[in-house]
Amino acid sequence: MNINLTMLGQLISFAIFVFLCMKYVWPPVMAALRERQDKIAQSLADAEQGAQRREEAEQEVNAMLQDAKAQAAEIVAQAQKRSNEIVEESKNTARKEGERLMASAQADIEQEVVSAREALRKQVSSIAVQGAGKILGTEVNADAHAKVLDDLVGQL
Amino acid sequence: MASAEGGLTQTGYIKHHLQNLVFGNHPENGWSIAHGSEEAAAMGFWAIHLDSMFWSIGLGLIFFWLFKKAADNATAGVPGKLQNFVELIVEFVDTNVRETFHGKSDVVAPLALTIFVWVFLMNLMDLIPVDWIPRAAELSGIPYMKIVPSTDVNVTLGLSLGVFALMIYYSLTIKGPVGFFKELAFQPFNSPNPIVQTLFVPVNLLLEGVALIAKPISLALRLFGNMYAGELIFILIALLPWTLQWTLSVPWALFHILVITLQAFIFMMLTIVYMSMSHEAH
Repeated sequence: MNINLTMLGQLISFAIFVFLCMKYVWPPVMAALRERQDKIAQSLADAEQGAQRREEAEQEVNAMLQDAKAQAAEIVAQAQKRSNEIVEESKNTARKEGERLMASAQADIEQEVVSAREALRKQVSSIAVQGAGKILGTEVNADAHAKVLDDLVGQL
Repeated sequence: MASAEGGLTQTGYIKHHLQNLVFGNHPENGWSIAHGSEEAAAMGFWAIHLDSMFWSIGLGLIFFWLFKKAADNATAGVPGKLQNFVELIVEFVDTNVRETFHGKSDVVAPLALTIFVWVFLMNLMDLIPVDWIPRAAELSGIPYMKIVPSTDVNVTLGLSLGVFALMIYYSLTIKGPVGFFKELAFQPFNSPNPIVQTLFVPVNLLLEGVALIAKPISLALRLFGNMYAGELIFILIALLPWTLQWTLSVPWALFHILVITLQAFIFMMLTIVYMSMSHEAH
């Protein structure tokens, strides 16, 4: 346990090893560590940016989707309205047509009735004249009794 | 145990295990290897512990080789196993330095790393069974072999004197000789009265001088004492019958894993603290 030259030897080798460590070990290892730290920080920042961009894109997509939905709804509403209009229009047309047809039919019928009445009137007067002639046994002059006949016809 | 001393007594066994391989200038034999502690003591200062130097420098080279290899292949990409291991230690040391040392220095962190790993490796030699290497050395003709450099007070003193030299150097260059002297002379006692202050100066110088000198001494003796005691207990356990040795040596070795790491860490932390103190005026 004597203090001797070993102490100086150790001191010198200590100095040499510290120097070697300072020169060849510490700087490269620390440089690698720092570089990796920077890299990791960079990738984290990139990842965050990516996430942010994705979120923005999602929002954009959502907005577009909503727009499209609104447009579709509008188109459907318009179509519905248009179809309602068309249905209404055709109903109106059909009703008018029906009314027109009915009116003309009525007119025809009335025409028939009038002409039938006319024909009846004519026949009534001739039948009355012939009937009267038979009853009297003589020729009845229709012109002489025109007034009576016209009254008779007018009662029909 | 050298056969020349005859018989395997327990005292002889212990003494043999605690004796370094000393090469020095013996008054009678000249430059030679000492046989026994008396011859080693007779050599005085001009002797060197060949075993301590060999293991110490060898372990230092292992440290440097391993870390240099990792440093040369260091990449910022995915690190390999060795680089991972080295980075783990480097980051651990770097964190401790950052937390304690607030100055700017390119020396302190590598200094702390060297101390931590080197002292740890030197302490680690304690876990090699006490007889293996000394016995092998004896068989190949080397009479003494102490394989744990940190159980040699010369080695621990060499380290702490290196730290002490740096403390003095930084104190002188950063605070200046005047600032350094003021720190020693005007603390811990001071007074606004100039006459009283003058009386305090010698007292302060004495107190602070002792405190300053005590730093490297305590640094060295703490490591030496812990490792020497641990080694001695391993040697004592080795005296038991071989069937019983494991019942004590295994628990002690397990406990010692903690001690060797802790002592390396303490040496490193105190070095950082001392460096920090010599960098900042307070």
